[in-house]
Amino acid sequence: MAKVTFMEDKCKGCELCTTVCPKKIVVMAKDRLNKKGFHPAQVVEQNQCIGCAFCATMCPDAVIEVEK
Amino acid sequence: MTKVFERPKALCDVELHYCPGCTHGIIHRLVAEVIDELGIEGQTVGVASVGCSVFSYNYFACDMEQAAHGRAPAVATGIKRALPERVVFTYQGDGDLAAIGTAETVHAASRGENITVIFVNNAIYGMTGGQMAPTTLEGQITQTTPYGRDVKKQGHPVRVCELLSQTGGAAYLARTAVDTVPNIKKTKAAIKKAFEYQLAGKGFSLVEVLSTCPTNWGLSPQEALQWLRDNMMPFYPLGVYKDIEEGKGNEK
Repeated sequence: MAKVTFMEDKCKGCELCTTVCPKKIVVMAKDRLNKKGFHPAQVVEQNQCIGCAFCATMCPDAVIEVEK
Repeated sequence: MTKVFERPKALCDVELHYCPGCTHGIIHRLVAEVIDELGIEGQTVGVASVGCSVFSYNYFACDMEQAAHGRAPAVATGIKRALPERVVFTYQGDGDLAAIGTAETVHAASRGENITVIFVNNAIYGMTGGQMAPTTLEGQITQTTPYGRDVKKQGHPVRVCELLSQTGGAAYLARTAVDTVPNIKKTKAAIKKAFEYQLAGKGFSLVEVLSTCPTNWGLSPQEALQWLRDNMMPFYPLGVYKDIEEGKGNEK
């Protein structure tokens, strides 16, 4: 199983990571705001992650780390 | 568990000032990843431009110098000639490189200066608030072309890779984009090749990266990537414009 970690307070909520996930498990956390005032991206259903790191590749702010 | 993706060490652990969804951040990271992979952080000197990327000297962990507007290739020439064992790159936008810096760029390429230029083309002046750039497309609405760029009044957009492919000293010229994951990987490969050509002393290398400006285009980050595909790619075709190793661009 792969693990995705977001440095949530650096996320600017651009949503680009959500568009490239092949499993569609990267979504915006609409229920909370980060320190910058954006809805941060998060992974739901972590067990479905295949560790492709597409989300991290697309992230313009290098806030995502992927372990496998 | 092993890390399959982490922030490159050559990219300082600071927040980038760019707007949400701006692809400058992706291109910064790719340059840093290449510096890490080649193991050249200690011998690399970057030259920052003027424009949105003016603060890139705060983001790269290698030595950085700040050039006057458009003069990054001239400053890089001086650094490279004084310290030929260093890897020298510039990071410039289209307003910097293709407008006020055209002379420095063309002549650095003509002289075959052994430097690498990372050229970010987003078809607009970002930092100053979205005015027309030399690379602004025909019909594109900007702050200074509110009815769209009229080529009869404002001239035609400048295609930098095509222009430089005519220069004798250029060793590697490529145009890529960062709109999709495959294109991001191709961009990284092109940047790596450009640095490797410099390390091998082959001459001037430039990678033009098609980028977005969601804020000044007035689009969401996702819409901006689609706009790039629909409007920029047909006028600025991706590909390798010169590669002295492959013989490309040397046809007589």
